[in-house]
Parts: sequence; structure tokens; C-alpha cells
Amino acid sequence: MAHFTKATSVKDWLNQRLAVEKVEKVMASEYWIPKNINFLWAMGMVLAITFALLLVSGIFLLMYYQPDVKDAFYSVNYTIMRDVDFGWLWRHVHGVAASVVFLVIYIHMFTGIYYGSYKKGREMIWISGMLLFVTFSAEAFSGYMLPWGQMSYWAGMVITNIFSLGGLHMDGLVEWIRGDYVPAQAFLTRFFMLHVLLLPLAIMGLIGLHFAALRIPHVNNQDGEEIDFHAESKKYLAGDKAGSKVMRFANDFMSKDMMVVGIYLIFFFYLVFFQYGFALDPVNFDPADGLKTPAHIYPEWYFLWSYEILRPFSVNIGLIAFGFAQVIFMLLPWLDLSPNAVPASRRGAFNIWFWILLVDMIVLTAMGKLPPEGIFSTIGLVAALLFIILWVALPFITKNEKKA
Amino acid sequence: MKNKEPLILVVVVAFTLLTYWLVEPFAHSQMHKHVEGENFAYADLSPISKTGNAQNGKVLVTGAAGCTGCHSINKESMPAAMDAVTAAGSYGVNPPDLSNAGVVYDAKFLADLIKNPAHALKVEHKFDAAKGQMHPMVPFYGAGGDIDQEIADMVTYLQSIAVSKEELTPTMAYENACGRCHAVSYEKWTQIGTKPEFKFEKESLAFDIKVLEYQESLTKYMGKLPPDLSMYIRSRGEHFISTFVENPQNQLAGTAMPRVGVTADTAEKVIEYLADAGDTKRHERASVGKNVMIFAIIFAIFALLWKKQVWRELH
Ligand code: HEC
Ligand code: HEC
Ligand code: HEM
Repeated sequence: MAHFTKATSVKDWLNQRLAVEKVEKVMASEYWIPKNINFLWAMGMVLAITFALLLVSGIFLLMYYQPDVKDAFYSVNYTIMRDVDFGWLWRHVHGVAASVVFLVIYIHMFTGIYYGSYKKGREMIWISGMLLFVTFSAEAFSGYMLPWGQMSYWAGMVITNIFSLGGLHMDGLVEWIRGDYVPAQAFLTRFFMLHVLLLPLAIMGLIGLHFAALRIPHVNNQDGEEIDFHAESKKYLAGDKAGSKVMRFANDFMSKDMMVVGIYLIFFFYLVFFQYGFALDPVNFDPADGLKTPAHIYPEWYFLWSYEILRPFSVNIGLIAFGFAQVIFMLLPWLDLSPNAVPASRRGAFNIWFWILLVDMIVLTAMGKLPPEGIFSTIGLVAALLFIILWVALPFITKNEKKA
Repeated sequence: MKNKEPLILVVVVAFTLLTYWLVEPFAHSQMHKHVEGENFAYADLSPISKTGNAQNGKVLVTGAAGCTGCHSINKESMPAAMDAVTAAGSYGVNPPDLSNAGVVYDAKFLADLIKNPAHALKVEHKFDAAKGQMHPMVPFYGAGGDIDQEIADMVTYLQSIAVSKEELTPTMAYENACGRCHAVSYEKWTQIGTKPEFKFEKESLAFDIKVLEYQESLTKYMGKLPPDLSMYIRSRGEHFISTFVENPQNQLAGTAMPRVGVTADTAEKVIEYLADAGDTKRHERASVGKNVMIFAIIFAIFALLWKKQVWRELH
């Protein structure tokens, strides 16, 4: 059995039992971060803060929300928006955070792609990140069902219907997911459970995994430089803080994280109070009505690009393309065959690939919202084909890349 | 090494704004027809050329024109001939009380309404006298004199008994102009009035039954039950509601909803009422928002200073 002595202080008491000093070193003061990283590396912290905002505001909403098809709309739009003090504030914070979190996720993902931060030991970071993306998507979708407005109902109908389309024809599966022939009480209750219990748990677990996956390889840097963390940290600890290429996570990099978080919060709260329309779709302020199909049914903006990959093709091909889009990002570390983990700007053809992919996804996003008519459906088709071609071409582009 | 952060920031912001513009303003401009407001001018109606006489107007409204046969004028102690549910049984909808019609509705519109309701209300596609489809409000064919003079007299009379523009509250505006067709459950408004707090469930249920009976007649008359407008300020927005009320046919050709003929001032008040119902906390949102922004800016300044202090030793 371990030997315990009479504690000399609270800290000592905790130290003997929880090794708090050691933990603090591993997680903060001797968690070494390269100095040559820019504010894009603060996006992870911005995501963590946004997730915290979602969690806290969600807990407040949960105190008044009623997961019942008869009462859900009322509990959100009357009880929370009108009756409960500051209920409107929590709802706006929750709704806006749920939308903005995807903007930050996309920035974070594209940062990873640009700097090649998914290879050379960072594959697990990438995979856990993609799993976070998938669970966040499921979390956002399930949350969107809860107000039981027109878009909740019809988006729920259209998305679950995907499995019954074309050659899949899995009507049984669709019924099993819905618990009914159409979205109704069983559907709402299970998405409620997913949204407030199972998926948040999974997200918290995955965030833990994501952070753990970062600890050993350390974060990448903006020059693709291989840093000897052992030697550089010695230099730092010996007092040559300015000469060392690394810094402590806390308080050194954390102070910059907080600076970026501060600026981000100004932007965030501006959206919450003055520009929330993009996150709280007007159509969803009409109560769900199974007999009245809305003129335009579209998913939230962050799903539009993959929706547009489904839409322009015939049913079966569209489903294959859609499935492809869902998994392909996950495989990135193995499709990029170049060993270079340096910024895209130094990688020739890959650089072009990166910017085309980014623009293509923005085009897909725009076309996914527009009605699929005339020129828009043509542009959508071309952009969807281009997306597939880009990913198929990636191994060939990167295979013979020169050593950067 | 030169600092690339400003450039990176510009790139991130530019792509974000581009995406926002594409999925919000641009996409919506493509999906919804844009209808320009006409300032409630009712340019299709001709102005009243005669100067009215309220005294004569009163005689006509209560006599030859028969308005009070169908409408109450509570302010002048002229009660309705029937209660709301029975009236809806006969006309499809309860004819509104005319106490404040003179301020709620545009004068040109009132004149046209009296002469030819289906025309003023823009429901001639539903009510075509030639085909024997009569509008439940009978047109005024004249009381023997100059019909334009008689109509001007009645309009002047209605204006003379109405409250002033300043006294017209958002609730009055809504109940007069829209209340007979649209419930607003978040304000406890039903088509037959505000639902009172009842002591006994039996009374409450009896009231609900009356509402249901009224709605049944209304649905038959309109072809569908006009929607509850509680959340319409969020689902449709101010601009849509305003232009829709001004001329429903512009937005929804063939709709059963009549052109209500309200003045610009009344429309504004109706919208304020709907905002109180569906966006109740908007004033609080603006004031809390300002304070939170100030707090966020102060937080960001302190964070910036802290970073500067910590990083001084790192360079
Ligand atoms: C036979 C019954 C009847 C008579 C007579 C009648 N009305 Fe009406 N009136 C109605 C009905 C029914 C409505 C509601 C129609 C609707 O909403 O479709 C109405 C609606 C109105 C409205 C509201 C219109 C709007 O824009 O919403 C006004 C104002 C009005 N009447 C004024 C008058 C005046 C003034 C007279 C006398 C010249 C008159 N009415 C005579 C039945 C009558
Ligand atoms: C005589 C009955 C009547 C009156 C009075 C009336 N409405 Fe309506 N309204 C309707 C009907 C019927 C519909 C359904 C129209 C449809 O779907 O074709 C409707 C629909 C609407 C809609 C929804 C349009 C949409 O996009 O689906 C709005 C908004 C609206 N009314 C606002 C008002 C306002 C504001 C007023 C008062 C200024 C008013 N209405 C007065 C009958 C009425
Ligand atoms: C939504 C929840 C997420 C949280 C809270 C989160 C958090 C973080 C944090 C704190 C870091 C370290 C700091 C930084 O580089 O920003 C990080 C790094 C990283 N994340 Fe995430 N992340 C999330 C989602 C994702 C997603 C969706 C991806 C993409 C698949 C991803 C991929 C990465 C990669 C590749 C790194 C390493 C960056 C480097 O080494 O330079 N993360 N994440």
C-alpha cells in the first residue's frame, strides 16, 4: 500500500492522493507548445468554450422544455421565450452557438488540412476530430427536431427518408429509426434522449480522446518545423524563455487562447442579440404540420454541402455520392500520400487542391440552399462531381510530391 | 519571420462573409418573391370627392344603409343584433364593431367598401354577384340622394365617433382589423374575444365550445381556418406581414384573406401587437445585448493585456 504522511497543506493532501502537481505539469505548465503558431491554433479552445456555452444554455433550456408533440412548440416559444426570465437569452445563446460551432469546426478542420496536421503521428487527432464532427452533426440534427416546428418535422422526414430511397429501399429501417411511419411522438422522444443524454456524453468522451491524442505528438506549427520538444523545453526551464522554440501551454499559450476567445465572444454575442436569424430559421417558428409541406425544405447551412452532393444525381448515384462524402474526410491521412507535414503553400499541387476544395465546398453549400432549378442545379452538379474528382485525385497528386 | 496573422484573418473573414451572403441574403432573394410596400396608399381606389356631414351619416348608418343591422357600434350604445357565434353562423364571420372603424380603416377604402365590399376587399374571385355569389356584407345602393355624398357622410360619421389616432392602441388595432378571423393564443385572444380566466372548468370548456363553433363557420366561409398569428412576427417577419396585409393577393394570389384596408398607422400598430405576442422580449434583448457587448469588449481588452504581459518574456 502506498505510504501517506500527515498533510502539511491542502495542496499537499491532494497531492498525495491525486498527484495534482504532476497532473498540472502534464496538462498545463509543462505541456509544451511551439511558439510559431498563429491564432488558428486557438480555434480548438474556441470550440471548447462554445461547447461549454452549449452545455450550460442547454441545461437551462432543459428545465422548461417538454418533449411532447403537443407541448414542445409551446414550451419553447411561449414558456421559454416569454414566460421564463431570460429564457429567450438561453435559447438564443444555444441556437446561435449550435450554428457558430460549425463555422469554427470548419475553420479548425481546414486549418488542419492546410498545415498537414493529420499525419506523422497525428492521425488519431484527426480521427477523433472527425468523430467529433459526426457526433456534433448528429447532436445538431437531433436538437433541431426538438422545437417541433415545420422545419423540425420536415427535415426529420426528409433526412430519415434517405434510407428508403432508390436501391436502398430500407423502409423497415426508416420505420425503426422513427418508431412510427411518420415522425411523431416516438420520434421526438428518442431524438430528445439522443440530444440531451447519449450524444453529449459521446461528445465529452470524444473531446477527452481528442485532447489525449494531442498530448504525445504535440500540436503542429505553421512552418512544418520538426521541433525537439525535449531540448527546447530544457532551454525554457533553464531560463532562456526568449531563445526557446517552445512555450508552456499555461499560462503562455493560454493567454493567447483567451485573447482570441475574447475577440470571438464579441462576435458571438453580437450574433446572439442582433443577428440571430441565420441560426433560428423563420420557418421553424411555424408549428409542425404534417399536412402542409413548406415551399422550400433545406437543412441548416452546415449540412448543405453534403446535401448538395446527394441532390443533383439520380437517386442511387446520389446516395453513393452522399455516402462517399460522409466518410471521405475520415480517410484523409491515408489518401494524402506525401510525407510532408508542412503548410500547403509549400506543397505545389496540393496547395491548388486545397483552395479548390474550399471554394468547391462553399459553392456546394450555396447551391444546397437554392432551389434546384436551371443554372443552380447545373452548378450544383458540376460542384458535386468536382468534389468527388478532387478526392479521387488526391493520392495521385500527393504521391510524387517533392520533399518540402 | 513576418507576421502572417492579419492576412490569415482577412482570408478567414472573407470566406465566412461570402458563405454567409450566399446562404442568407442571396438564397432568400432567390427563394421568395420580393414585394415592395405601397405605403398603404390604395392607389387603385379613387379619393372621396365630397365633404361629408356626420349628422346625415349617422342617420344613414343607423337607418337606410342598414349597417347596424349587422354591425354593433358599442360606443354609441348600439349593440349587435346577434352574438358572435350566431352571427358567424349567418355570415361566416362576425361583422366587426364599427366604433373605431373611422380610424382603423383608410377613408377611401371605407367608401369603396360600403359601395362594393367584394371589390374593396379584393375577394371578387370568390364573390361574383353575376354568378349569384353574394358577399355577406350587402353593398349600399344609395338612399335616394347622391350616393357619393351619402357615402362621404357615413365615412365622416364613422370618423367622428372613433378615437383619435393617438388613442388607438396596438391591441385595439389588432382586435378590430384581424381579430375576427385570426386567434393569437399567446395573448389569449380568440376570434370571439379574449378568453377570460374562468373559475370552473365547465365554464372554460363552454367557452372553448363556442370558439370551436365559431371556427367551424369561419372555416366554411374562408375555405380554411385562418392561422393563429402568435409567432408570425418570427416566422414571417415585419416586411412580409405588412405587405401581405396591404394586399394579400400580391403575395398569395387567389387567397381567401381579404385586403383589410387599414391605414399605415393601424398596420404599424397591428405589427407591434404581433411583436408583443411573438417577440415579447425584444426590448429587453436590445438593452441586455448592449450591456453584454460592453462586457465582452472589456473582457477582450483585459485578455489582450494579459497576453501582452505574458508574451513579453517570450520574445
Ligand atoms: C348584411 C350584413 C352587413 C351589412 C348590412 C353591413 N355589413 Fe359591414 N360587414 C359585414 C360582414 C359579414 C363583414 C365581414 C366580411 C369579411 O370579413 O369577409 C363586414 C365587414 C365590415 C368592415 C370591415 C372590413 C375590413 O376591411 O375588414 C367594415 C368597416 C364594415 N363592414 C362597415 C360597414 C358599414 C359602414 C356598413 C353600412 C354601410 C356595413 N358594414 C353594412 C356585414 C354587413
Ligand atoms: C376575413 C378574415 C380575415 C381577416 C380579417 C384577416 N385575415 Fe389574415 N388570413 C385569413 C385567411 C383565410 C388566411 C389564410 C390564407 C391562405 O392560406 O390562403 C389568412 C392568412 C394570413 C397570414 C398568413 C399568410 C401566409 O403566409 O400563410 C397572415 C400573416 C395574416 N393572415 C395576417 C393578417 C393580419 C395582420 C390581419 C389584420 C390586419 C388579417 N390577417 C386579417 C383571413 C383573414
Ligand atoms: C468540436 C469539438 C472539437 C474540439 C473541442 C477540438 C479541440 C481541439 C483543441 C483544443 C486542439 C488543440 C489546439 C488547436 O490546434 O486548435 C485541437 C487540435 C486539433 N484538432 Fe480539434 N477539436 C474539435 C473538433 C475537431 C474536428 C472536427 C477536427 C477535424 C477532423 C479536428 C482536428 C484537429 C486537428 C488535426 C488538431 C491538431 C492541430 C495541430 O496539430 O496543429 N478537431 N482540437
